[in-house]
Amino acid sequence: MSKRKTDPILQVENLQKRFGGIIATDDLSLNVAAGELHAIIGPNGAGKTTLIAQLSGQFKPDSGRIYFAGDDITALAPYKRSSLGLARSFQITSLFLDLSVLDNVALAVQAHAGHSFHFWKNARKEDALRIPARAALERAGLIGRADWPAAALSHGEHRQLELAMALAGEPRMLLLDEPMAGLGPEESARMVAMLRALKAELTILLVEHDMEAVFALADRITVLVYGRVIASGTPNEIRANAQVREAYLGEAEVAHV
Amino acid sequence: MRSALTLRNIVTAALVIGLVLLPLYVALTGDRFVLILFTRIVILAMAAVSLNLILGYAGMMSFGHAAFLGLGGYTTAILSFEGVHSGFLQWPAAIAVSALFALAVGALSLRTRGVYFIMITLAFAQMAYYMASGMARYGGDDGLSLESRSTFAGLLNLSNKTTFYYVCLALLLGTILLVWRLTNSRFGMVLQGVRSNESRMSAIGYPTFRYKLTAFVIAGTLCGLAGALIANHTDFVSPSMMFWTRSGDLIVMVVLGGMGTLFGPVFGALALLFLEQFLPTLINMAVRPFNPAGAAKAGEYWQLVLGPLLLFIVLFARGGIDGLLKKLGGKHSSHE
Repeated sequence: MSKRKTDPILQVENLQKRFGGIIATDDLSLNVAAGELHAIIGPNGAGKTTLIAQLSGQFKPDSGRIYFAGDDITALAPYKRSSLGLARSFQITSLFLDLSVLDNVALAVQAHAGHSFHFWKNARKEDALRIPARAALERAGLIGRADWPAAALSHGEHRQLELAMALAGEPRMLLLDEPMAGLGPEESARMVAMLRALKAELTILLVEHDMEAVFALADRITVLVYGRVIASGTPNEIRANAQVREAYLGEAEVAHV
Repeated sequence: MRSALTLRNIVTAALVIGLVLLPLYVALTGDRFVLILFTRIVILAMAAVSLNLILGYAGMMSFGHAAFLGLGGYTTAILSFEGVHSGFLQWPAAIAVSALFALAVGALSLRTRGVYFIMITLAFAQMAYYMASGMARYGGDDGLSLESRSTFAGLLNLSNKTTFYYVCLALLLGTILLVWRLTNSRFGMVLQGVRSNESRMSAIGYPTFRYKLTAFVIAGTLCGLAGALIANHTDFVSPSMMFWTRSGDLIVMVVLGGMGTLFGPVFGALALLFLEQFLPTLINMAVRPFNPAGAAKAGEYWQLVLGPLLLFIVLFARGGIDGLLKKLGGKHSSHE
């Protein structure tokens, strides 16, 4: 697929979401260009996860529109979005713990391979499922664990497996919700290296608390506070933005990065 | 990783060979009782294997599976009562009635989970039980005797105990083959995904309800066929074969043998029916030296021994008999 950096693959227009009296998403507009890694940052409660949930279809917005690759997906069910090529990884790992690592990814591949009313052929020997599953594990750096039970993996490896499952459907865009959460320094570094490799191949929307990782990876950064966009731009622009410094980034932290 | 000569495989192979050769033993010893006992074991093993498809592989705790035994049995017996003796009609009818009942029960109960699912499947089974009790024309509470066993246009004579045993055994092995293929297919992978993490399955795009319903109908249908066999075996059906404790027995067979394993339910059926048969005698023998007068009475309390035994197996041998064989067989990892 050719990557023209100028085409927005994801367009969010005037998105609004309330929970009772709380405004979680407030007139939010956002463009993500094809091929870029776009990071969303903001303090706790800024509505980052709510935004991801609306993009992936888990929540319906009260108003506003979401376009993916030109299609209006605002009212589309989650699995239909993922079949269009918009994949999501979960903040809280949610795997098939009693199945093998390869089975986990193969199930994700199978989800994109039409209905599963095939009753006779051994699915564990089907190349159509196993080859893409192995490829996704390879990309997520987990191929060495293919035959392990998922329950036996470390926390960092669980996140890699999440990533592999998101990659299994050959998505055009990934929604990543805090992939570094709970990782040790070494595991974080490995995840950053992996995302850097992935961003050459697909568009990524990354919600992350780890500022070092965000500034190292992002082409563009959008800053949310109380569900509103207060700034959007390149890492350098965000670093220099006085409003961002004031509202969100500690002076020390900005100096550090 | 796939070495064939594990303890588990050897015992399983021995079991199948033993079942196939059993009539030979009966012919040599003239022990008719063993053949009757094993016919019952084989039929109930088939019911347990069908329950295992939904309970063991898909994690659906159905507490009303014995209803299908009753439906298949009653369909056979009622047709026989009304003058239809051909198995070519009776058995497909038993299958169709069970499938329809499973479709209705599944469509309603599979919208719930956990305890609610258990209670709804139980309620439907009890409903079937009371309906059978209420059918005055077909014997009500007293049950209904079969005038004759199902006939197959002279091809098979089910009144011959050996022939009937082999028919039951062939259907059990066919059911196992079917479950084996099903559970390793794409459909089976979906079921195992549902057991492991149903909400994740929905999130990655599986409409889980229709897969669960399909599995529920397949399991109910297979059990309905086992019901037609039971009716032929005992030449009699009664509401009690659908009572909730019978459903409990089937669950015990699956758990005792090993949930989600191919031959586990067969081991479970064998073990439970053996215990049921021989525990009273064993207790009787154990008590006799101390209290000759009370020994016969003590045998009646065999369930007092069975209960703790089951508890022990559930607590200490998770994976049931099949899991135990795997463990004793040595260092095999949990996946294969």
